[in-house]
Amino acid sequence: MPTGKQVSVDQYSGSTADQDRSSMDLTASKPVSETSRQYTTELLSIENVSLSFGGVQAVTDISFNIMEGEVRAIIGPNGAGKTSLLNIINGFYHPQEGVINFRGKQRRRMKPYQAAASGIARTFQNVALFKGMSTLDNIMSGRSLKMHRGFLWQVIHLGPARNEEIQHRRRVEEIIDFLEIAHIRKQPVGRLPYGLQKRVELGRAMAMEPELLLLDEPMAGMNLEEKEDMSRFIIDLNSEFGTTIALIEHDMGVVMDLADRVVVLDYGKKIADGTPTEVQASQEVIDAYLGVAH
Amino acid sequence: MFYREAGQFKTSYAADQALLPIRQDRIGLGLILLVAFVAVPLLASDFFIGSIMIPFLVFTLAAVGLNILTGYAGQLSLGTGAFMGVGAYACYKLTTYFPDINILFMVLLSGIFSAAVGVVFGLPSLRIKGLYLAITTLAAQFFLEWCFIRIGWLYNYNDSGAIEVPQRKLFDIAITGASASPTVRYLVIVSLVALMTLVAANVLRGRIGRSWMMIRDMDIAAELMGVRPLYAKLSAFAFSSYYCGVAGALMVFFWIGSAEAEAFDINHSLLVLFMVIIGGMGSLLGCFMGAAFIWILPIAIRAVPQMLGLDVIAATTEHVSNIIIGVLIIFFLIVEPHGLARLWQIGKEKLRTWPFPYSSN
Repeated sequence: MPTGKQVSVDQYSGSTADQDRSSMDLTASKPVSETSRQYTTELLSIENVSLSFGGVQAVTDISFNIMEGEVRAIIGPNGAGKTSLLNIINGFYHPQEGVINFRGKQRRRMKPYQAAASGIARTFQNVALFKGMSTLDNIMSGRSLKMHRGFLWQVIHLGPARNEEIQHRRRVEEIIDFLEIAHIRKQPVGRLPYGLQKRVELGRAMAMEPELLLLDEPMAGMNLEEKEDMSRFIIDLNSEFGTTIALIEHDMGVVMDLADRVVVLDYGKKIADGTPTEVQASQEVIDAYLGVAH
Repeated sequence: MFYREAGQFKTSYAADQALLPIRQDRIGLGLILLVAFVAVPLLASDFFIGSIMIPFLVFTLAAVGLNILTGYAGQLSLGTGAFMGVGAYACYKLTTYFPDINILFMVLLSGIFSAAVGVVFGLPSLRIKGLYLAITTLAAQFFLEWCFIRIGWLYNYNDSGAIEVPQRKLFDIAITGASASPTVRYLVIVSLVALMTLVAANVLRGRIGRSWMMIRDMDIAAELMGVRPLYAKLSAFAFSSYYCGVAGALMVFFWIGSAEAEAFDINHSLLVLFMVIIGGMGSLLGCFMGAAFIWILPIAIRAVPQMLGLDVIAATTEHVSNIIIGVLIIFFLIVEPHGLARLWQIGKEKLRTWPFPYSSN
């Protein structure tokens, strides 16, 4: 039975596999037991985090952790503070109180690009693709942090700069194959239907080879078939490449099937945390979703 | 049917990522370069070269500069004229201090000064966007223009207040100054413009160009992919201003020969901005089309009555041509708000699918 540690050594995630990346095959499958997964290493932990905007308390004293290799769902009614929480992890918002530990180290106050450099990728609730660019360029943009050739090489665009471009193109093509979007490779993403845009956005985040992937409502507004496709990509991403995933989603069927553990928020407070079955049984969660008789 | 890539298979990513992946495009570009470098210098009259081609190329280069900033990096600027002025004055100062150093080197060096000034006036872009940023670049425009008038050191305390281009030679041939022939000046400019357009295309398709487009399309997502807004925006300002600066130096040294501060006023900035908008934001081809539309078309229209042998007063042709240009601008912007380059692209797609109305992809 694979432990979380072993999963993290998988080629796709983690800094341990840097040398192997060029030869890596995204379609190679590594069997991971679905039934009883155990995680031993803590990837991210949030301790007593509070965030307020003026008088509005967005997030109040929340603590939870994300283990390496798991799928962690964050759910809650509208306005519960889920997206704010992702924005805190991303470095967009800076909590007034609390501590964030990432990979065992306490994280200082950081900017979003620093969070990206530390291995956190993200997709957005409203698709935030680069609309003027093609699918290929959008996914290539996810490789930005991994490309290093300087300005003068870019100017002549020969030798090392071109090789770097081609080497990353190869990786991007693997992602395109994985997500089955080869037919829209050269199309401007602004013209694509919504479901495909969401998929391209996932590809863009995958291209960063993140250790922690934050998905903000990846299935919002999708039909059943698109949801099933997206679920399959998320499962494959997690089980084949060991990418740790934190997921916000309103479709409870999807959450209960995909997530290893679920944290439930309501009015900025944590009201439940545990496996899907535990959370489903919690009276507080039922009250939050269905309301309480007064 | 007439223009399609049927049978042209790409077997490597390198071939697929080439600047012109389609054979017809490569042939077309080859023909254009042949005309530009061989046919025009050999066959065209001095008037055509000096009053049409040289200004067209100078404006093209300035438009490339502005398009990098506005079309690719999404930062609106109204200071193009002033940045061109910085290049021109820097080149003048450099060549009067060091008369023995090759003028072409000085032209390329003067762009660096313009780039530095561009970075300084690009700093507000880190905080403000869109039209508000345009207003702050307007401040650059007026401040720099004031400098060109008030700081005598910039024009060596000339009585006329203008910078006058001294004669400079390359391989013993005069390339600047009154005795330089238009053909020689044209060859210098067309070489530089071709080279710098290639450089721009290279930078734009690589990591740096992509980071500019990321900032343009969705700055929040760009930051999350690891792009630092500070670097991306300021490098766009620097790169763009470099092009404007070189264009300004070329304008004074290889086209008009002497210039006062008024040559770089707000009208000049607007002219370049119109070229970018008409040609197409985010397209290098559009810079050439826009510059041709704004600069060459009026001259062509004014030449029509003469060719037809009509006896019309000069002022009338002037007015009529203004009216026609205005109408054409409105017409093209209604037909295709994304500019002539997009119109051209749509035309190519139509040719590709002809005789069918649409293609399967």
